[in-house]
Amino acid sequence: MSLFKKNYFRRNHMRATAGNSTLSRSHMGNFFVFLFLLIVGSFMALPLIYTLLQSVKPTEELFTYPPKFYVKNPTFDNFKQAAQLAGNLWVPFSRYLFNSLFISVVGTSAYIVVASLAAYPMAKAKKLPGMLFISQLIVWTLLFRAEVTAIPQYIIIAGLGMVNTYWALLLPALAGTFGVFLMRQFMVSAIPDAILEAARIDGANEYSIFWKIAMPCVKPAWMTLIIFTFQGLWSTTGANYIYEESMRMLPNVLSQIAAGGIARAGAGSAVAVIIMIPPIIVFLISQSSVMETMAHSGIK
Amino acid sequence: MTTTKTTPVFKEREFSKWKIMRDGAPFYVMLAPFLLLFTVLTIIPVVSSVVLSFTDFNMLQVPKFVGIDNYVRLLLQDDIFTKALKNTMIFAVVSGPVGYLMSFVVAWFINELSKATKNFITLIMYAPALAGNIYYIWTFIFSSDSKGLLNSTLIQLGIISDPVSWLTDAKYNFTCVLIVIVWASMGTGFLALVAGFKSLDRSYFEAAAIDGIRNRWQELYHVTLPQMGPQLLFSAVQSISGAFAIGAQCAALTGNPSTNYSTHTILLHMTDYGTTRFEMGYASTIAVVLFVIMLLTWILINKVLRKFTSD
Repeated sequence: MSLFKKNYFRRNHMRATAGNSTLSRSHMGNFFVFLFLLIVGSFMALPLIYTLLQSVKPTEELFTYPPKFYVKNPTFDNFKQAAQLAGNLWVPFSRYLFNSLFISVVGTSAYIVVASLAAYPMAKAKKLPGMLFISQLIVWTLLFRAEVTAIPQYIIIAGLGMVNTYWALLLPALAGTFGVFLMRQFMVSAIPDAILEAARIDGANEYSIFWKIAMPCVKPAWMTLIIFTFQGLWSTTGANYIYEESMRMLPNVLSQIAAGGIARAGAGSAVAVIIMIPPIIVFLISQSSVMETMAHSGIK
Repeated sequence: MTTTKTTPVFKEREFSKWKIMRDGAPFYVMLAPFLLLFTVLTIIPVVSSVVLSFTDFNMLQVPKFVGIDNYVRLLLQDDIFTKALKNTMIFAVVSGPVGYLMSFVVAWFINELSKATKNFITLIMYAPALAGNIYYIWTFIFSSDSKGLLNSTLIQLGIISDPVSWLTDAKYNFTCVLIVIVWASMGTGFLALVAGFKSLDRSYFEAAAIDGIRNRWQELYHVTLPQMGPQLLFSAVQSISGAFAIGAQCAALTGNPSTNYSTHTILLHMTDYGTTRFEMGYASTIAVVLFVIMLLTWILINKVLRKFTSD
């Protein structure tokens, strides 16, 4: 029960006994809250923890009956096996890693610039003809995730001759509306209009106002766009667009290794750990910025 | 004389609009790169899929106009589509609201906890959605032999005597996939709700307590919900967009196609015709039907939520 703030129960208790006019929170209710969080939390965390434990189990522990949740003699053999399996493919493992890192880093950096540039006029020059229309259009397209528009998009990408190039994965990510929407929402309240006006009176042009005044105000939103864009690109398999071996993305290769079935349970878990750790670390670092940005995400 | 009187006014108005646009030129320049990408990769594909849905198109020859043939074939003759539609609707109707409610209740419950505890629980709840598309880790749990975690546990508890093929038996695999979908459904919508609760105006709660609000439920209904409207709408968009984009989860767990198409979805059907058979006209028809279903759902949910949170 140490999960709760120290004075949480005391405060509730005082409220409960202070008379009819104050809010009461029953102990029964607190117990129910705790139980609910425990059940949902276990459901969310246990599969990931089990995968983590599986990934460091030696072979004999992976195939005992009955299977054990815990690991007795942890080892990194599964990670070595996964790297070996990937190394036995046509091109070196480092090439797949490079492909995924390349599109993740380049795509994320480029998207922050493109999305901020687009969000700024929508947030701070709302009265210009067309701005309101585009903002509303973007809210509507939030409904359509990349998966849903993938096939119609395929015709365009293939028509532009971008199959088997990084462009096929980068451009759709740069056209995403989610980051533009979040950035716009955040800019509306995070950049004071008075500062912009003052800069204009001093004769600064709009581009330098954007770079020197607006961008530094929205650092939390950058962090948020970094985590969402990086996560999306890092887990991109590129299965629709990439057929050439040397251009394949890491998650695509890794899922091929993991698809080896029960015999590859160890390597499969190791692969899952490799995929899930980077986004979790990035999120941990940027969590408070993300929450600050998400507070402005509401659709009015 | 009256015309000379009105003309300058008219001209002046035209001039000022033009001036606004000219002064705003840097803003349009800033918007241009995104707008170009957005138009080419979202607007044009969506609009062209409507056009292509009336054609026979294989990516090699010029599209051939076939009228409503694709729609007739899809809606009346394609039994697999009927199955995919039914599966998608059940997945969406169950996982959408369950994920949405779970996100809301967790966000509500953790709101009063200390910052560190709240951050920790947020991370745990968000981790499955954050981890990337590693749905296949559930195959270790649902494994069909007696060494699978679920099978061995149930055998030891004496609930089943022989191992069950959870992911290939059409009787069970739908439920298994549904569990995994719910597992990964607490995404950005959940984060928005956590942040929304955090930024609620505390003074309303104090005022409400004085006005006689007495328990969690009354507080939720009369004070919290009306303030949470925008976050609830955003989270609903995330739920709907996720619920109708289900497909990768099914393919990762039960294979594609699954046994008797028991977990086939509209998205998988579209991908099948689009990237395997290259029947782009037909794939576009599936896309259009999916878009229409999603838009109608969003309009309906939007209306309900606005009504619910407006007073």
